[in-house]
Amino acid sequence: MSSETKQILTTDGIPLEVSLKKAERKNKIKAFLLVAPLLFFLIITYVFPIGDMLFRSVDDKMVTQMLPKTFKAMETWDGQELPEEEVFAAFHEDFIKLVEDKREGKLSTQLNYTKNGFKSIIKKLRRKSKSFEEGNYKEQIMSVHKRWADVEYWRAIKRRAPEFTSQKYLKGMDMYVNEEGKIVSVEEDRRIHRVLWLRTLEIAFFVTVFCFLMAYPIAHLLATLPMKYSNLLMICVLLPFWTSLLVRTASWMILLQQQGIVNDFFVGIGLVADDNRPEMMYNKTGSYVAMTQILLPFMVLPLYSVMKTISPSLMRAGKSLGGTPFVAFWKVYFPLTIPGIGAGCLLVFILAIGYYITPALVGGASGTLISNQIAFHMKSTLDWSFASAMGLMLLSGVLVIYWLYNKIVGIDNIKLG
Amino acid sequence: MALPKYTEPHYRIWHYIYLTICGAVFFFLIAPLFVIFPLSFNAEEFLSFSDGMKRLDPDAFSLRWYKDMIYGTKNPWGLAAKNSFIIAIFATIGSVILGTVAALGLSSRHMPYKGLIMAVLISPMIVPLIISGVAIFFFMAKAGLAATHTGIVLAHIILGTPFVVITVTATLSGFDHSVTRAAASLGSDPVNTFMKITLPLILPGVISGGLFAFVTSFDEVVVVLFLAGLENTTIPIQMWTGLREQLSPTILAVATCLIILSTLILVTAELLRRRSERLRGINR
Repeated sequence: MSSETKQILTTDGIPLEVSLKKAERKNKIKAFLLVAPLLFFLIITYVFPIGDMLFRSVDDKMVTQMLPKTFKAMETWDGQELPEEEVFAAFHEDFIKLVEDKREGKLSTQLNYTKNGFKSIIKKLRRKSKSFEEGNYKEQIMSVHKRWADVEYWRAIKRRAPEFTSQKYLKGMDMYVNEEGKIVSVEEDRRIHRVLWLRTLEIAFFVTVFCFLMAYPIAHLLATLPMKYSNLLMICVLLPFWTSLLVRTASWMILLQQQGIVNDFFVGIGLVADDNRPEMMYNKTGSYVAMTQILLPFMVLPLYSVMKTISPSLMRAGKSLGGTPFVAFWKVYFPLTIPGIGAGCLLVFILAIGYYITPALVGGASGTLISNQIAFHMKSTLDWSFASAMGLMLLSGVLVIYWLYNKIVGIDNIKLG
Repeated sequence: MALPKYTEPHYRIWHYIYLTICGAVFFFLIAPLFVIFPLSFNAEEFLSFSDGMKRLDPDAFSLRWYKDMIYGTKNPWGLAAKNSFIIAIFATIGSVILGTVAALGLSSRHMPYKGLIMAVLISPMIVPLIISGVAIFFFMAKAGLAATHTGIVLAHIILGTPFVVITVTATLSGFDHSVTRAAASLGSDPVNTFMKITLPLILPGVISGGLFAFVTSFDEVVVVLFLAGLENTTIPIQMWTGLREQLSPTILAVATCLIILSTLILVTAELLRRRSERLRGINR
């Protein structure tokens, strides 16, 4: 026997190590090929479109492309005094081309976003520009309307020169770039988006708290009852879980209406007068009540699955060592349920923060969330770039929470009933 | 859960308070569903209990709204139900195939970048629906698939696969891989092994994932609202429009049917879960 360690060979004479590595790589490729169809499907239909949203939210090429010569001529303009004749001439040239393509309306809409008052003066310019004579465009354009002779409006045009803009994000936080190029907030009474963000956070937070307070006792009961009873009670949790969201919202609309059963009950026990029935729907109360009931199963199920694994002998041990039941609960049982609490709270919070349907139906004006605003811009104002910006702001918030969830519970540990 | 005899009185009281709280929460969870049921048989056009109903007068009840749901003139429920079922069935098939195959790959211990890929695969479940809706709408509009059944089916496959991936991965976590090696050593090719050995064993997980995908599609309204044209209307869209515009008792008849459907799905899912636990030997 030789003393040197011989390489172990397979029957084909290839070193075992190499052969194993090859097999390993083959297995890796095999596993990846199985995942590949879904992965590529999702990347194309889902991940890229979210990237597309990012692009749309900062894209501002439209105006850049509508006034190419103007912006070129403006490059040397310092923005202090009215621009020189060559800028006016370039603007006139761009404008005539836009009128030919019938796109001057789009320009006026876009410029109006930057500064109010462009709509009417562009309309006027279109009418007058037909009788313009060649040369000296500065005089001719300025004579159309006094705003064309106002340097503020030319500065507003220049601000639209870059191809990318953060203005949609600023608008989502009720801020804008003012004439001096500084970022400032809009007036106090027009800060609608900040109100919405705060309300979304507030409703999501309190819905999570309510869900937790309600879910903890029943999850505990379900986990400690004998199987045959707990299975029966589990139906009370699972049936709403499997029932259509719209059906559950509809039932709350029936219950909470002014002539509804809840109000009837309050009148019946003399809590409120018959002619003074409170509005429980189309306001925040409606959103709170309906969302809490709808999201409750998402809190119960993770709590239950954690509590199920806690041995009852631990509580007995705690008590036998002299703790009162309360102390035993607080020192022994509660800490063991924290993973479940984390999972449930984050799940409910993530779901609540992006809620759309229920607030739209029972929330009224004071109970709607940021999602409703996104849908409004997608469907009504058609300001898709703004909807994208708000969506991405919401998404980044959710991703932070998602990351926390992964840290605390682990993505692989999600349980579905 | 009976209390031991030696329990002190104030703990006894506390225990009953606890049971009362639990009872109240269970009531809060389940009672709203049962309001719909009797009201859908209302003979009147109101959405509250009429005096006749409170007296249990048989004349106060009728099948009027169910008839309206089925035979009503220019009523959209027939088309909506047909669309909903077609879309949900195709979306379920797509989700189950893509999701199961991906779960098989993910469960392999050779899978590289497992965490990252898993995060991408289940992201449609975590990202708020409104954002998914906007993103999917942009894609479908570009691909020319907006307002088509195909577009909606694809959208629902996106939303449904995470559930299949999660349930099947969970089933596979207790899977004994030596049985597939045994099959391979006996000369079975991988496809045959999958069909004859693996699939029957993970079938409960596959079916319950499929049920989740079906319900997701059947109940989905946010994304469909962006995508659907008049021809592609579904039950959730009709309910949404109905609830926003005029709350007619016909909606309650539809809602009752949906509750019955969800009860059936719940029972199936529960039976499957128990069977799966029995098969995997985790019967507690």
